[in-house]
Amino acid sequence: MTAKQKRMALRIALAFVLMVGLHFVNLPLYATFSLYLIAYLTAGYDILLKAAAGIKNGRVFDENFLMGVASLGAIAVGLYRTGEFTEAVAVMVFYQVGELFQSVAVGRSRRNISALMDIRPDYANIEREGSLVRVDPDEVAVNTVIVVNPGEKVPIDGEVIEGNSSLDTAALTGESVPRDIAPGQSVISGSINLSAPLKIRTTKEFGDSTVSKVLELVENASSLKSRSEAFISRFARVYTPIVCALALFLAVVPPLVIKALGISFLPGDFSEWIYRALIFLVISCPCALVISIPLSFFAGIGGASREGVLVKGSVFMESLAKTCYVMFDKTGTLTKGVFEVIAVHHSKVAEEELIRLAAFAECASSHPISKSLRHAYGKEIDHRQVSSIEEHAGCGVTALVDGQQVACGNDKLMRKLGIEYKSCHSVGTIVHVAVDGVYQGHIVIADVLKENAAKAVAAIKRAGVERTVMLTGDDRRVAEDVCAKLGVDECYANLLPADKVSKVEEYLKKKPAGGMVAFVGDGINDAPVLSRADIGIAMGAMGSDAAIEAADIVLMDDDPGKIAKAIRISRKCMGIVWQNIIFSIGIKVLCLVLGAVGIANMWFAIFADVGVMVLAVLNAIRALFVKQL
Amino acid sequence: MKKSYKIEVDCANCANLMEEAANKVPGVKHCVVNFMTLKMNVEFEPDADPKRVMQEVRAACRKVESDCEIFL
Repeated sequence: MTAKQKRMALRIALAFVLMVGLHFVNLPLYATFSLYLIAYLTAGYDILLKAAAGIKNGRVFDENFLMGVASLGAIAVGLYRTGEFTEAVAVMVFYQVGELFQSVAVGRSRRNISALMDIRPDYANIEREGSLVRVDPDEVAVNTVIVVNPGEKVPIDGEVIEGNSSLDTAALTGESVPRDIAPGQSVISGSINLSAPLKIRTTKEFGDSTVSKVLELVENASSLKSRSEAFISRFARVYTPIVCALALFLAVVPPLVIKALGISFLPGDFSEWIYRALIFLVISCPCALVISIPLSFFAGIGGASREGVLVKGSVFMESLAKTCYVMFDKTGTLTKGVFEVIAVHHSKVAEEELIRLAAFAECASSHPISKSLRHAYGKEIDHRQVSSIEEHAGCGVTALVDGQQVACGNDKLMRKLGIEYKSCHSVGTIVHVAVDGVYQGHIVIADVLKENAAKAVAAIKRAGVERTVMLTGDDRRVAEDVCAKLGVDECYANLLPADKVSKVEEYLKKKPAGGMVAFVGDGINDAPVLSRADIGIAMGAMGSDAAIEAADIVLMDDDPGKIAKAIRISRKCMGIVWQNIIFSIGIKVLCLVLGAVGIANMWFAIFADVGVMVLAVLNAIRALFVKQL
Repeated sequence: MKKSYKIEVDCANCANLMEEAANKVPGVKHCVVNFMTLKMNVEFEPDADPKRVMQEVRAACRKVESDCEIFL
């Protein structure tokens, strides 16, 4: 608690003790009255001052004014009628308890959530004249070598030049298994070095590094307000004046009407109706609503970011909960986006030998297929063993490897060279290999599915999404194969980036009312699609600024399972938001009605105001807990 | 031009009122108060002087909520 809050707690405690004590002693009226007045002022003098300031500045109907009028009114009723002042003091005391609770709860959750996001590195180590110097990461230029010791945060994005270690990326991705890294690999800022010192050559400035981007995004996240928040702001604006007008009406009209008509079974006493009007005033503060809705969203966004799901604003939280279609990009989203050798068929020599020959023949090419062959070979290639490399555009290559004439390419190349080949039934890219004009077999290369892609699609279905759709620029056969394996409902192949936009538009048109269309991509060339869909989800976005810019929701790692998780988090968050809206308004309306007919007393009103707010705030904080979803 | 200021305010409704008040100040194109992060993001009109405008914003906010603070 801050000093301000402690002072408040002390004032409340004093007033409360005095109030309870006075309840049990019998003193003459004037003495009781003055002691109650002391308790009252101890608890609420600042409210009265604020109310006066509000009137001076032309803002009459704020909650201070309402509380002031309600409690002073209750004192007046006490003097005039009952000689009982406990209620007046209680209104003030409990109102202050509520305010204090709100301030403490909000402050605490704000700190908790900020602590979760406390990934900002404070310094970078630079080696100068043999010793390590700590400098502000902002001052480190691109291409500087920095040292990260075990236990320290990587301050700036870069590439490892020395040292083997493992990194904890949990703060960024929610992934708890450490990632092993070796020289040559790139590392992202915000991850924590676990085992051994690393030398890193920075590739970005601090301001452009992942950690800065993420922090900027999270800190500005709740500025894009959702419709429920806007609704609550508007509601709060009209609610207070309406309830005040009703209170005034209640204080004046019923007693006059009752007196005029001479109805004997209803109370016609002015003081009774003024008391009921005062109950209205106590209930008229919209605080519970106004605080609990943004707090629910804030907690939800905070909880999601702990799981590696960055939501750029509460408005997207709201949309995500209404997702009815999820559309995927294939490459890099459901598949790994890297080609791998998945099989070798009909090989007359050892499989390794076939891959070796292909890798040598393709050693000069930068085509992804060639890269995957070299990757499968896995060893250093001695370029001196390869000569007279000839590229056959769109077909393959021929080259002399160890003096043998190696031909390596697709069906077209084989036909061109007049070599008899065996065609393949597997889905993927086929690389035939022939040595000195004799067919040796073929290698099947394909984009590999992510391990948990099928589970992820099933989880999305379970989360209540109606249809899943895959869009890809790839071949129909490959696309249909992937869809069948993953259980994706619909599949569109051979699409150019522009076609993907029109496909998304098609689905935007035919979606059911109130539903939302989400598009999931890796953000590399689908920025237009990401921004066209209701919700653009970019995945594996660490380090890709374009994706972070274009998307509404960013999945920090490339696990498609997080999509379903994000949907479940948003559903929980929206559930809490609606519970709070309905619960707060419901209780208030109920108490207003009961107060008007004389069933509810001041204590009811205090519960409707303070109790509801406390419960709503506690409920809102539930949105933070999303680990088990 | 956009700038972000740290603020201090106790209740959520007051934060809404501050936002409303700040949006009425000449020179402010759009203002969003984020109660949860205690930040005020202000977008200024192109020809406005942020320093002078923010003085007025602070005065306007003080009128609706006497114990609020904007750290300029």
